[in-house]
Amino acid sequence: MSVESFIGIGDRLQPSAAAILRRRVFGHTTFVFGAGTLAFILLVALNASWLAPHDPYAQNLAQRLIPPIWNADGSWTHVLGTDQLGRDYLSRVIYGTRISLLIGTAAMTMSGLIGTTLGVLAGYFGGRIDLAINFIITTRLAMPIILVALAVAALAGSSLENVILVLGLLLWDRFAVVTRSVTLQVRGLDYVAAAQAVGCSSLRVLASEILPNILNAIIVVATLEMANAILLEAALSFLGVGVPSPLPSWGLMIAEGKEYMFFTPWVITIPGVALFTLVLAINLLGDGVRDLTAPENRN
Amino acid sequence: MTPPVLEIREVERRFWVSGGAFKATRALSAVAGVSLAVRRGEVLGLVGESGCGKTTLARMMLGLLQPTSGTILFGGEPIEKLDRAGLARRVQPVFQDPYSSLNPRKSIGSIIGLPLRVHGLGTRSEWRPRIEEMMDRVGLARRFYRSYPSQLSGGQRQRVAIARALIMRPEVVICDEPTSALDVSVQSQILNLLQDLQRDFNLTYVVISHNLAVVEHLATRVAVMYLGRIVEENETTALFRTPRHPYTQALLASVLTPEPGLGVPDTHLGIAFPNPLEPPSGCPFHPRCPHAIPLCAAQAPERHRFDGAIAECHLYDDIGQNSGKPMI
Amino acid sequence: MTALLAVEELHVEIPLALGTLRPVRGVSFEVERGKTLSIVGESGCGKSLTSLAIMNLLPRGARRTATRLGFGGSDLLGLDEREMADLRGNEIAMIFQEPMTSLNPAFTIGNQLEEALLRHRKVARGEARARAVYLLEKVGITAAPERLRQYPHQLSGGLRQRVMIAMALMCGPKLIIADEPTTALDVTIQAQILHLLAALRREFEMGVILITHDLGVVARIADRVAVMYAGEIVESGSVEEIFARPLHPYTQGLMRCIPVPGKSRRGEHLGSIPGMVPSLIGALRGCAFSNRCSHAFERCAVESVALGEIAPGRAYRCLLSAEACARNALEAAAQ
Repeated sequence: MSVESFIGIGDRLQPSAAAILRRRVFGHTTFVFGAGTLAFILLVALNASWLAPHDPYAQNLAQRLIPPIWNADGSWTHVLGTDQLGRDYLSRVIYGTRISLLIGTAAMTMSGLIGTTLGVLAGYFGGRIDLAINFIITTRLAMPIILVALAVAALAGSSLENVILVLGLLLWDRFAVVTRSVTLQVRGLDYVAAAQAVGCSSLRVLASEILPNILNAIIVVATLEMANAILLEAALSFLGVGVPSPLPSWGLMIAEGKEYMFFTPWVITIPGVALFTLVLAINLLGDGVRDLTAPENRN
Repeated sequence: MTPPVLEIREVERRFWVSGGAFKATRALSAVAGVSLAVRRGEVLGLVGESGCGKTTLARMMLGLLQPTSGTILFGGEPIEKLDRAGLARRVQPVFQDPYSSLNPRKSIGSIIGLPLRVHGLGTRSEWRPRIEEMMDRVGLARRFYRSYPSQLSGGQRQRVAIARALIMRPEVVICDEPTSALDVSVQSQILNLLQDLQRDFNLTYVVISHNLAVVEHLATRVAVMYLGRIVEENETTALFRTPRHPYTQALLASVLTPEPGLGVPDTHLGIAFPNPLEPPSGCPFHPRCPHAIPLCAAQAPERHRFDGAIAECHLYDDIGQNSGKPMI
Repeated sequence: MTALLAVEELHVEIPLALGTLRPVRGVSFEVERGKTLSIVGESGCGKSLTSLAIMNLLPRGARRTATRLGFGGSDLLGLDEREMADLRGNEIAMIFQEPMTSLNPAFTIGNQLEEALLRHRKVARGEARARAVYLLEKVGITAAPERLRQYPHQLSGGLRQRVMIAMALMCGPKLIIADEPTTALDVTIQAQILHLLAALRREFEMGVILITHDLGVVARIADRVAVMYAGEIVESGSVEEIFARPLHPYTQGLMRCIPVPGKSRRGEHLGSIPGMVPSLIGALRGCAFSNRCSHAFERCAVESVALGEIAPGRAYRCLLSAEACARNALEAAAQ
């Protein structure tokens, strides 16, 4: 229980300006770290074309498997070394941010739209609609993502678009479950009844009374799902049913490097660390958003 | 004679409750045959314990719930014949908890102006002056126009809720426990405001409250509900002077007026509020009634009419009606 | 006769980002055996924190200081957490507003009642069960042995509150702190519970601290009353004195605010107290009530006011003389 609820004077502690909000946001180490790292990765992705020292697709078999700079044999021409085809690893890691962020955002947006729509409808209307949507959610939970991806790859071939579609169409379950339960809570509040009594249509109640008040929950799930989508893409690419070669997907880089990992371990540690950092940053951001928007932290 | 501004005819509302994994669903009559008529300018107080169905009745009057049977009429027109805007112009709510009755993401101006926007009343440029005029009327400083609910105190929020209810100039306002979430000193301000607005706009109120002192202060008539039925209805002064139904008598005896030395009365009510899924046979109040006679368990009492008053109790079957007083 | 509980100069401080919040500022009172002290005030006045401070159950981050918290022969200030835990539920018991949050939904009533005794006393479980049955009957619950097997969610609100009272009585406490014990209940149930509480207090000779905002409850059940405003006691005295001759303008204002059946007439305005409670962050200048007081004058805004005792056990916190305060009340009533 928070201090305010004990003394019941939360009103009078209300911050006068955005200054307090700013202090709260910037005082939250987890949030600052996550948001900062993610912003950095985003900048890298946007400026990849001039940040990358080499063409990420240019092969040079004479220069294969050059070790990174911290190794005794490293060279400044290839800071992170090269892969088995002699492509510059730093350039590939830099271009890889684009793939990961693209897949993360696209899959998250798609599944977010599907899941939120289903969840909000189920929570708001209840009854038969709720039963039907719950059945859809259960059905979806019974489908193994990897196997579906394998089937899609077998039938339609593997491509970036297919990966996005598979992930976007399959990752909405958590959105649906979470938005359904928060919608149920919000629907019971008096301001929704007041809006209905005023004569608002269901669509209007959903759009202006319900959605703005469940946005926090949606944002938190969105960060989780984005991280999840990025990891799944890596897994699918590793299995060879994700992003096709020669695209610089981090998952694919790990897959292509796995034969050399005992002699040249950096070929898998470097994309591995990149993947880890991105996913960690997104999850920290999500944690931060959850903490900052939790009602007990609003003073 | 003009029809009553709000009339409720034999309204019933059942909910279906699942009895558990292996039991059939059972009907729960939250409102079991209620008839009421409220005339323009009247303030009807609706009192009763939690679970007696008063909130369900209020939601039906607002059109948020459909009655299972019976009709609700506004000015003689059945509620289902009215469109959204028409109903909103007849009846508006003020809820108990000013913390959950205002959308925290909306500014005060947009909360109060919601009815105008929804029904497209007037032009955008006319909204602000109308909203500000209403803010003046309920005693809210205009500088709160762009504020958010979290920046307001409980009393100020309740003023916002009242302004939102009144901006469409409805005929009837349903006040569901309008002051019970507020502090004593704020409660009196809101009660005074409700009274002033009622007089100035010639409003009709239905005031739902468990606080009998509040009801006595605001209402012209009082209806007492017990387990989905109105067991007694009378003009306020008369009801408080001569409560007829034993339940009303117990309710009034339970009111703790601030008079030291009187101690706490023993209401002899028994403790068990009946399970509404298994309502008692006969008169629903008989298991708790200190004056119950064998007939009470066997047969439901009829509605006895006195001049202007109604009581559902077997004690009035013969002796009571003649003497006008309970035989207790 | 020495008091059962003697609180002297109790302060609670909560450090916040905006400064130090001081919701309880120098509260002193005594509770005698077999008597009820009612602490009355509006939300945010510090009445609940006062009781939590006595029990050393303040929310995290809050600090309490006091010159003395005498209970029986000892001083609660000197006790460590283990000794305090031995006291809680044993010598001092608490009853809260919402019994559902204080009862564990996973255990039966009987289990929880018995545990309340077994935690503090070395008795056989059978003995504990016998006492649970005895007390459930004492608080008016029929078929007590069967009730012991029920879970909290199977009981109505009124029954749960009775179970809470029975649980508070398991160890035979000397002092009961009841924080808004009937606020969540219906009026008929409220009357029954308060009736019961008063009878039990007489029978077991317990001291009771009743925290409430309801002046009706205070009038009917308290022996002594302390009115709190903005973390301070602004007036204290016997219940008859407080209601017959309220001295502090805040107490007088509160009394005029409540509708009383048969007294306040329909259409007439109730009294009200305009304005808001001052911020309790940092130090207050002058009288805490001066910004809302209709009798305030220049000195009120700058001079701090002490709680002045005008007779044994009768005190008020105002710069005006008691005669002037009483005159103001009469004039306001005449209007």
